[in-house]
Parts: sequence; C-alpha cells; structure tokens
Amino acid sequence: MSNEQHEVILSVNNLKTYFFQDEGTVKAVDGASFEVYKGRTLGIVGESGCGKSVTARSILRLEEKPGRIVDGEITLLREDNSTIELTALKQNSRDLRAIRGSDIALIFQEPMTSFSAHYTIGNQIIEMIRLHQNVTKREAKDLTIELLRRVGIPKPERRIDEYPFQLSGGLRQRVMIAMALANNPRILIADEPTTALDVTTQAQILDLLRQLQEDTGMSVILITHDMGVVAEMCDDVVVMYLGRVVETGPVDDIFHNPQHPYTRSLLTSIPSVLAEPRTKLPTLTGAIPHPYNRPQGCAFHPRCSEFMPGKCDHFTPHLQALDASGIQHVSCFLHHEPVAESAEHIS
Amino acid sequence: MMNGHDQSETILEVKNLKKFFPIRRGFLQRVVGEVRAVDDVSFTIKRGETLSLVGESGCGKTTTSRCIMRALTPTEGDVLFRLESGETFNMATQPKRQLRGLRRHIQMIFQDPFSSLNPRMTLFDIIGEPLLVNGVKSHDERTDRVSELLTLVGLRPEHMQRFPHAFSGGQRQRVGIARALALNPSLIVADEPVSALDVSVQAQILNLMLDLQDQLGLTYLFVAHDLSVVKHISDRVAVMYVGKIVEVAETKKLFDFPKHPYTEALLSAVPKPDPRLRSERIVLEGDVADPANPPSGCYFHPRCPYVIDRCKAETPPLREVEGGQLVACHRAEELTLKGVSVN
Repeated sequence: MSNEQHEVILSVNNLKTYFFQDEGTVKAVDGASFEVYKGRTLGIVGESGCGKSVTARSILRLEEKPGRIVDGEITLLREDNSTIELTALKQNSRDLRAIRGSDIALIFQEPMTSFSAHYTIGNQIIEMIRLHQNVTKREAKDLTIELLRRVGIPKPERRIDEYPFQLSGGLRQRVMIAMALANNPRILIADEPTTALDVTTQAQILDLLRQLQEDTGMSVILITHDMGVVAEMCDDVVVMYLGRVVETGPVDDIFHNPQHPYTRSLLTSIPSVLAEPRTKLPTLTGAIPHPYNRPQGCAFHPRCSEFMPGKCDHFTPHLQALDASGIQHVSCFLHHEPVAESAEHIS
Repeated sequence: MMNGHDQSETILEVKNLKKFFPIRRGFLQRVVGEVRAVDDVSFTIKRGETLSLVGESGCGKTTTSRCIMRALTPTEGDVLFRLESGETFNMATQPKRQLRGLRRHIQMIFQDPFSSLNPRMTLFDIIGEPLLVNGVKSHDERTDRVSELLTLVGLRPEHMQRFPHAFSGGQRQRVGIARALALNPSLIVADEPVSALDVSVQAQILNLMLDLQDQLGLTYLFVAHDLSVVKHISDRVAVMYVGKIVEVAETKKLFDFPKHPYTEALLSAVPKPDPRLRSERIVLEGDVADPANPPSGCYFHPRCPYVIDRCKAETPPLREVEGGQLVACHRAEELTLKGVSVN
C-alpha cells in the first residue's frame, strides 16, 4: 500500500440511523465512520442486517420513514473545494436534490424494480439529464445515446425507445449505470450491483465499472456481501457488523492481515473456488442476532471465538487505529483496552 | 467418500432427457415454437456420491431436477431410478398413481427457506407430514421420529411446537432438510439449498449436508449456480449451457483442468477472494443464448473465444476424452484451458 496521502472526498462520522417502530427501535446504523477517497473504490462489506444499505441511503439522505438520522456528520467535498454537511439538509430540499444524481449517484441492486415500467429507458435518462443540465431535448437525447454506447449497449439509437422489461438483466444493469453516470457524478454508490446477475454477466458489469472509473476518475462506494467482489474491485474496505464498523483498511491488509475476529471468520468461512473439493469449512457459530436484541458490549461477542468474559460483554469497543501508521482501524478489545464509558465521548 | 457403498452401483440414470415448453400465441393458442429447456441430457449418479449441476439462470438445471422428481413430465427420455433392493423404475413413464410410493425415496430440499415452509404449521406438523402421508398414524411414533430428526439436523427437539417465523434462515433450512430426511430417502435433490442464506450460514448448511451424507449414506443431486459452493460439496460436476450438458468431470479435474471453453469462462468469472490474485479475466461477450431460438451448431459458438467454422455447423456430442472427462467440444483435445488452481 502506498503511503501517499489520498484526498478525502466524503467523510462519514459517527453516523446513526435508527428506525423507530412500534415494536422498538432498530439501530440499523449505530455509529459508522469511514472516509471515501478521490478516485478510489471503497468496499462496504457485511452480511444481511449489518446496515450497509442503510448507510448508503443515509449518505444520499434517502432513509425512509420510520428511519431517521439521529446523529453524526456526512461531509461532502464539493467541486469548488467547499464542504457541505449533508445531515444538516432537509430531505426534500433543493440543495439536496442538486447533489443527488450529479455529485453522488446511486445504482440499486435490483435493476427491474428501480426503473419505471411505464416509460422507455431513453425517457427516464433524458428526464434525469434535463433536471440537472441546461440542455434541449435533442441534446439530451444525443447525450443519452452516447451514454448507452459507453456502457456497452448494442444499437443504442434503437434501444433508447425500449421499455425496461424488454432488456435482459445484464443490459438493464448497464442502463442503470448509464443513468447514474448521466451527470458525471464524482461519487458513485453501487448497492450490490451484481448480486442479481449470473457470474459471467457479473464479470462484464464489474469490468465496465472498473473501466468507467479509470476513464472518469470518480470515487466508487461498492456495497456487497461477496468477499470475492471486494477482493477484485476495491482499494479500501469497511467491514460492518450489526450497524457498526468493526474494521477498516486497505484491501490487501484486510485479506492478508485481518485483525477483527469477525473479519477473520468471514474470510475463512466463505466457500471458495480455490479450496480442496469436499472439505469442511470452519464455521461461525450461531446466526446474526435480531436487531431488537442487540447483544450488550461488543455485538459480536456471542459468536466470537476469542470472547473475553468481563470485557467484551461489558464494554463497547470503538474503532481505533491499529498502529502508528493509522491505515488500518479495528474495533476490538484484543487490540485496545476498554476505557470507562464516560471517558470516551471524544468525537 | 463413498460411505462403504459399492462404488459402481448406479442409483440414477438419466438418458436423453428432453423437456420442451410450447410457446402459444394468438386467439387459438396455437403452438408457434418451443423453449428447449432441457435438450438431450444424459448422466448417471452413483450411490453415495454428490453430483452437481451448475450453470447460469435459464440453462435448464432446475427443469432437469424437476423432471427427475417427476414434478414435470419429460417430453422425451428416461429417468431410471434404482432402489436399494435392486428394482429399477422409470420415473419418466411411471403411472401417476405409483409415483407417491417412489417419491419417498427421492426427496427435495428447496432454495428459499422462507417460502418453502408453511407459516401456519409447527415444526412438528411440517416434518411429521410426510410421515403421516406415508402411514405413520401414531402421534407418539411421529413425535419420536420428529425429535430424532431435529437432533440430527442440529435443532432442539423442544422447539417442535414452534412456528417457522421463530427461526432464522439457516435454522429454517435445517427444518427443510429434516423434512426431506423424514422418510429415509436414498436420493436428495437439493435445488440451490444455500443461495438464499448469508455467507456465514452457508458454511454451516454445507457442513451439515456433508455430515449427513457420511452418516446416512445419502446420494445428492446438487443444483447450484455458485461454483465455490459446488466445489465444497461435489464428487463430480456437470456444467450445463442452454439445456445441454457441456462437460462432466470429477470436481478437482473440472476446476483445475477444464476442457470446455464455457467451463473455463465460468471459472474465470468467479471473483477470487484474494486481492493478490486479481488477473485478466475472460469476459464473455453478449448474453446467454435464447433456448427458444438457439444458435446453429454448438450453442456456445457465438460467445466462444476459440470458435472455428466447424462449431457453427455441427453440434458437438458429449464424448469422453482422456481421463474419463466428458466434454461436448470439437476442439477439446487441442485446447489447453486455464483452471483455478492457485499456481
């Protein structure tokens, strides 16, 4: 990993998004902090319910009721080097709408349900372009055809008049990407962009994303549960468990020098094509706890193989730098001594 | 891993299996074409082994497994199922009335543990139902068997009276497995049994399936799209593409030395969980062929990087090449393809 300083384009600090329901409060994201660097790909990885999608939506302020950001800052560096605090904006404000789609764009997991079924794909992209750029219909149409060609859609001048249902899953995801790129975003958030696709199509889409990033120099936040995709695509990795970040670092350190027991067991318990046939996998015991009964202390302690009674179940670990270099961070008492709760309201 | 069974004994032989779905159009619903979902598929499974069917969506792997269960009636071909007693039945032509007796020997595990368990039935009802249907009328006998089964799959027998909603995805999949095992089947057809589960839970279910196979001498037909999962469970692997089997081989051979260009591309497309192994991948052009209107010759030729003129004209048969690997490719001998071995 090079030590050169990368420019931070988006920083998320102590983000908390809670869902207030009749049955109780679900702390979907409970104090997540990480940074996105210019021109690099950040992978947010974790299993279902870890809060990775809610984090992505919170960045764009698309958290849905009864969800609400209760604490934390999301700071975006704008093109003119000013910073803007996204949590301070109203969800339906003009400022925020100007950022969505043009500064930060989002690709959803399910390309079928994220398009309108009643309009042609051309229509939907043209609308998006004209909302953000001052162009005529004609120009917007030409731009759209150019975009569709760029994401590898054959015969774009004909495809532009087709409806989403006429396209295959892979093509639909390409159209989704074209739409996200329409206003040259500086940050692209891709929420499980290939989970619904077959492996050969997945390879095509990942290649396309990488190519586009090289061409445009945008930053990418890739949200996935697939460690293979992380290994192939990301520069930096954030590992989440039950709404909290347990470890962050450069991809090579995360895979070859993982420090949190959860990261380690995630890596050893995944089926791999590189394994010997018919070998048993080491497993994580138990299942992910229901968010209503989040375990006390470190949320991972009931499943942890290195659980230390009296420590892990009493104190809550916080994300801290592993060593002086400060590139890898981990939230675990194997690396830090617990401090009294009162002494740690620093951030 | 043959669990002490005679290695040569075949439990299931699928011969020239075909399943075409008619495409109907217009007021008179005339048949205007057909989707060749399964197009001349043949393979055998030996007692005690795991054969995996892999392929991308729409390749016919699920239709094949449904034809074997006779949940669908095949258009053509034979599915010869051999009981432990030596009797052989053809599942494809068996009269419907006699199927119920046979089905207790072939059971199925489903993909989605959330929709395959009735939310209004307790675990006792769910797992006990196949017993009741097959003549175990005594409540006590069923209770004993259900608690035995729950213990076998790693659940607590005390939870017998609970409903599925009280359990996590992995636990529900265990219930599905217990239900499949209730009648002591010899063949289990598992259709994507772990693809709906979280990664840390997948490993638990795969390990359970390996354990049960050793304990009970089960035979698995494992249908999946995820090659890494397949590698962990299979003795042999059959790769399907647009309704046809393109390659069958022992797991290690198939992953280390694939002989069909499609297998090579599939293996290359799987993201490897190690950032140091980022390499140039073979990215296939275009989409999977349409089974209603397949290309001429070899169905894979429009996407194949090694295509020659012969591939466009002639359909390659599935044939044996050196080392017992079965491949449907004209150029199997001359090509040296790349597997996933680490070196």
